Amino acid sequence: MIQIEHLYKSFDGKPVLRDVSLEIRDGETLAIIGRSGSGKSVLMKHVIGLLTPTSGRVQVDGTDINEIPYRRLREVRRQFGVLFQGGALFDSMNAFENIAFPLRTFTDMEEAAIRDEVYECLRLVELPDVGPKRTAELSGGMQKRVALARAIALRPRYIIYDEPTSGLDPETSNAIDDLIRALTDEMNVTSIVVTHDMHSVLSIADRAALLHRGHLHWVGTIDELHASDDEVLCAFVKANEYQIGVPQRV
Amino acid sequence: MASLSLTLTKPLRNVGLYVLLMVKAFASLGEFRLYRKNLFKQMVRVGIDSIPIVALAAAFSGAVTTVQTAYQLVSPFIPKRIIGSIVAPSLILELGAVVTGFILAGRIGARFAAELGTMRVTEQIDALEAMGLNSIGYLIVPRVLAGVVMFPVLYVVACFVGITGGIGVAHFGGYLEAGEFVAGAREFFQPFDPVFGLIKSVVFGFAITSISCYKGYYTGGGAEGVGRATTDAAVLSCVYILVADLLLAIVLL
Ligand SMILES: Nc1ncnc2c1ncn2[C@@H]1O[C@H](COP(=O)(O)OP(=O)(O)OP(=O)(O)O)[C@@H](O)[C@H]1O
Ligand SMILES: [Mg+2]
Repeated sequence: MIQIEHLYKSFDGKPVLRDVSLEIRDGETLAIIGRSGSGKSVLMKHVIGLLTPTSGRVQVDGTDINEIPYRRLREVRRQFGVLFQGGALFDSMNAFENIAFPLRTFTDMEEAAIRDEVYECLRLVELPDVGPKRTAELSGGMQKRVALARAIALRPRYIIYDEPTSGLDPETSNAIDDLIRALTDEMNVTSIVVTHDMHSVLSIADRAALLHRGHLHWVGTIDELHASDDEVLCAFVKANEYQIGVPQRV
Repeated sequence: MASLSLTLTKPLRNVGLYVLLMVKAFASLGEFRLYRKNLFKQMVRVGIDSIPIVALAAAFSGAVTTVQTAYQLVSPFIPKRIIGSIVAPSLILELGAVVTGFILAGRIGARFAAELGTMRVTEQIDALEAMGLNSIGYLIVPRVLAGVVMFPVLYVVACFVGITGGIGVAHFGGYLEAGEFVAGAREFFQPFDPVFGLIKSVVFGFAITSISCYKGYYTGGGAEGVGRATTDAAVLSCVYILVADLLLAIVLL
């Protein structure tokens, strides 16, 4: 379980997050939505201690991650898979090596087993043949999917996705949404999905949290979201024009 | 007011950040498994790949010093072998290390800052950290170690090639015989000179690599920031080579 308590963050005196409290329960998929610049990526980076709060606490399974020594923090981080907004693939390696990197670094797996695992991950993101390609040779959307494959390679307990479907065509987006849902169901993963895309939110999330100008403006389940008449939330949802074919959860 | 106190504290904060980064790097030295593979790669890049350009610069320095010394010592009362006695120690004490230093500042300093800076602004360093990897141990330790280990090797190469260049131009340019040059060089040879040169090499190797890694690791502000970090790294490395050169000369000679 991840608990964010009264988190404030400012950069050079400029406030970005203001009193954000949020709980991410085990096994759930929480969507963090909000307009560009509202602080979603900043919030996500606090969860794994890449940014330290100006004040407030972040707890992972009951441990305040800003109170523990670096060595322990690294152990906590190993339970996470993180997909960064820009992919953040290592450009000194090709796609295969990127995905193999966490396996080679943190497991004692044989090279043959690593190979199988990498190709399984690539198959999951529907890119079976890009292994030998360098990062620069991949399109933006392909980079994102290779990065997703890298994030799930170690089968983490928590996965954080920063805009997993932005910049992807609708069909691939759906495939990624399916993958996220499958990972959550099969492996009991706890997921945080940062997104603009209401279509994704409705098809994968159990709950949604709306960040608005650094405040946590609204939190609730998808049913509550449908029923809500909150002005900011409605404006955000409307702007997404999700009315055109609301996906039904099965 | 706020901006004034910021301009006054900024250099101090930078020094603090640099020292802290180096402390963290030292603390990571024990995690050999983490940087073993990168260490080898960086030693090749810093050391082996720099040999041709270092050798070229050293050869020319040795040759030019020889010609200029010959030009200054025209008196028939001074034996010609003195040229060797002047050129060889110049290279061993000063030119071998400083010429190598300036070349590495441009070659390696700029490269390290650009590499780490790009990794920072494209969130690759965040990605390493997010995996639970010690990014300082993984990226900075092998680069700085490679500098500290390979700079002395390059220094030795520079001295040999520089002196050979001097002998070559002396002999074929008709200034003095190769034998005379060597005799002159041996006459005033001080065993401490190469030791001093090696100490300098270690200090220069550390200065160049640590400054450029620091500049790259803390890059901010996109592609422009990477550009700035790269120039800063090369310029600062050169400045600190000169400062360290003077300080070491005062303290050790
Ligand atoms: N390292 C930083 N230094 C200074 N300001 C920052 C930093 N990171 C983020 N910010 C600021 O924090 C605010 C929120 O940024 P953030 O990246 O979290 O937005 P976001 O909600 O993820 O937007 P998007 O949907 O466009 O990705 C922005 O105004 C940004 O300028
Ligand atoms: Mg973002």
